[in-house]
Amino acid sequence: MAASADGLSAAPGARRSLAPGLSIGLSTLYLSVIVLLPLAALSWKAHGWGAVSTPQATAALRLTLGLSLAVALVNAVAGTVIAWTLVRDRFVGQGFVNALVDLPFALPTIVAGLTLLALYGPKSPVGINAAFTRWGLLLALLFVTLPFVVRTVQPVLFELDREMEDAAASLGAGRFTTFQRIILPSILPAILSGVALAFARAIGEFGAVVLISGNLPFKTEVVSVYVFGRLESGDSGGAAAASVIILLISFGVLLAIGALRRWVTRHDR
Amino acid sequence: MIAKYALRFAALGYLAMLLVAPVGFVFWRTFEHGVGPAWDAVTTPDALHALKVTLILTAIAVPANTIFGVLCALAIVRHRYPGAGVVNAVVDLPLALSPVVVGLALLLLYGRGGWLGGHAIVFALPGMVLATIFVSLPFVVREVVPVLREIGTEQEQAAATLGASAFQTFRRVTWPAIRYATAYGVVLTTARALGEFGAVSVVSGRLVGQTESLTLYVQDRYQAFDTTGAYAAAVLLALLAVATLLLMTRLKPKEGIQ
Amino acid sequence: MIEARGIVKRFGAFTALDGVSVDVPTGSLTALLGPSGSGKSTLLRVIAGLEQPDAGEVFLDGEDVTRRPPQARGVGFVFQHYAAFKHMTVWDNIAFGLTIRRRPRTQIKQRVSELLDLVQLSGLAKRYPAQLSGGQRQRMGLARALAVDPKVLLLDEPFGALDARVRKELRLWLRRLHDETHTTTVIVTHDQEEAMDVADRVVVMNAGRIEQTAPPRELYDNPANEFVMSFVGPVNRLGDTFIRPHDVELLLEPNGSTQEAMVQRLVHLGFEVRVELVRDDGETMSAQLTREQVEALELQHGQIVYVRPTRQTVFTD
Repeated sequence: MAASADGLSAAPGARRSLAPGLSIGLSTLYLSVIVLLPLAALSWKAHGWGAVSTPQATAALRLTLGLSLAVALVNAVAGTVIAWTLVRDRFVGQGFVNALVDLPFALPTIVAGLTLLALYGPKSPVGINAAFTRWGLLLALLFVTLPFVVRTVQPVLFELDREMEDAAASLGAGRFTTFQRIILPSILPAILSGVALAFARAIGEFGAVVLISGNLPFKTEVVSVYVFGRLESGDSGGAAAASVIILLISFGVLLAIGALRRWVTRHDR
Repeated sequence: MIAKYALRFAALGYLAMLLVAPVGFVFWRTFEHGVGPAWDAVTTPDALHALKVTLILTAIAVPANTIFGVLCALAIVRHRYPGAGVVNAVVDLPLALSPVVVGLALLLLYGRGGWLGGHAIVFALPGMVLATIFVSLPFVVREVVPVLREIGTEQEQAAATLGASAFQTFRRVTWPAIRYATAYGVVLTTARALGEFGAVSVVSGRLVGQTESLTLYVQDRYQAFDTTGAYAAAVLLALLAVATLLLMTRLKPKEGIQ
Repeated sequence: MIEARGIVKRFGAFTALDGVSVDVPTGSLTALLGPSGSGKSTLLRVIAGLEQPDAGEVFLDGEDVTRRPPQARGVGFVFQHYAAFKHMTVWDNIAFGLTIRRRPRTQIKQRVSELLDLVQLSGLAKRYPAQLSGGQRQRMGLARALAVDPKVLLLDEPFGALDARVRKELRLWLRRLHDETHTTTVIVTHDQEEAMDVADRVVVMNAGRIEQTAPPRELYDNPANEFVMSFVGPVNRLGDTFIRPHDVELLLEPNGSTQEAMVQRLVHLGFEVRVELVRDDGETMSAQLTREQVEALELQHGQIVYVRPTRQTVFTD
């Protein structure tokens, strides 16, 4: 704490030097007990790696990764369009729509899944039955990941220097060219951030998918459900192993997206 | 200008079909025959117990994570110590983990045969509390940290030179500055705690009438083909969510629309 | 040749332009001069097509372009805060107009190299705007605007964000560039020294109206009204009479129409000296003398002198 720039630890008196110690110590202890310890137990007790390479497990893995990727891509487009509408457009009820985007953050995942099942399931009033299909899974994942790209792109779009667009117009660029060459490159880092968040969320989603997908192995069983299933069968070691695998994969993907994002913003350094 | 209307139509249409229609439909179905049946469904002993469990979980997790959140944010931003970056990353972990994995980790730690096992933590309320705390941990920290960074240390330094103790400085200078960010974080924490499903499902054993939270109750009713019960409970949760959403909108720090 | 007729532009309750008409001769360098809020930037943007007027027309070389978007007007625009395309290199920034017109690569290469030489940024082609100084970014902005051979070059307070020395350098450089290329140029500025230094003609604007249009000298010697006179140079106001500091004669003895005054302060500004005076009726004024004149009069603080204007102006409304 020697050369700290804040007044609290630089000032004399035993009382003052207690404060940083207290907050650091307490929060580290809390974090360790609540987060790190359970995760350590998970990695330690992960065994039964054979369970992870069964056809059912690999099917669940492939399905989860594929769906999460698809969801991330759809969100990249849909999220940008929605952010655009909230920032550049002007219409009655815009505030309501803006608040609506946060609904998936506030609504319990099981409720989200239930509502989708009600409207797009076996008793659908509009004749769409996506239950027990991958489309149902897709819907559920799109629901819970909706806010991510919107919320990362919105502030960037808001702060965008309009004069760049004026400059492009004065140089002869039409609206689409301006979007393609000026606006899109500027919001791409934000889109990538949102995509990373959406991907991470989609990979682990459980509550929203558990009802609508029917959890049919090889067809609509995602990894989180597979892990749950392993647990119910008493194979906690195998469940843990599968968890560790999926954690490592998502970690890898997030690192890759982070690197991509850094490359895209290389001109800012 | 057609492009503008097309975009607007696409955005609003997407939101309508994905969010508004499903949620609205369930509300409609629930109150189709009046408030009576819904009210009855939501006031059965099991439902009320589930509600009680959810409220207890939230009532413990939110204050705990709030105090931790502020302390941790102070630690990370103000007292730049070697492990601060790691702490920052660990705080974000619960956001990246699947709830099922969280529940599993807790099970392995506190369950029979686990390192801290054999003390009636799992398949009981304490385990569910721990799970709820885990998943709703990051929010206050993440909201307070940027505000602390932005306001800088000058005001706190000024208070110190004027003779204020650490606690006085916190109460009179720091806290007023982070009040709203903390409130927003609390709202997000509450929403997450209320809505937790996966982790709590794994850890609780889902014993009806004993270790069922309201979210687990929804699943239980649906799987028992009691759609009325499921919808009613879902609507109750959704109403809590809407209330949270309203608070979120009010307290939200940044601009972002015209 | 740019013609604007009866341009009206309002932003909510605020009228930025109140029926403004102006002509810019082909090949000239015209300055729109005025304080903040005078409407000069708005007028420039209306000419460029970046704003749509509520009333009035804009003609470029005789064609009515009022309803045309900026893309179709053939104007080059330079922004006060550069509007650099941050994610593109200097080269790509300058090449932008040509790239989107799908010109052949060799042609782009030649033109951009030419321009880089012209604006003296040749070694920095691969850099990003964030790595350039303000002056360099603005030179890039100019090169970018010139790349597509605009008929008209419009500059919106182009040197406003730069420090004084860089501003003067670029001002000079712009004038030289104009003398070579003879592109019809309009520059917006609030700095009267800049306008007088650089322009063939100055259009003085105030509160959405044009006060006077004239070459710099004419503006200074024969201002149309009080506003123009005060804006374009320092002035002593005595009641309804306006006297330039350099038109104030100081005598050591009273002589008929002179008035008594006391020297309050002598400010030595290199070659010139500003003499701050208080007259016997309590009013302050300043006179501008050369060093020789001050030495000849042996002026000192507190000295009594006698003041007479060699030239004064009264405006009749």
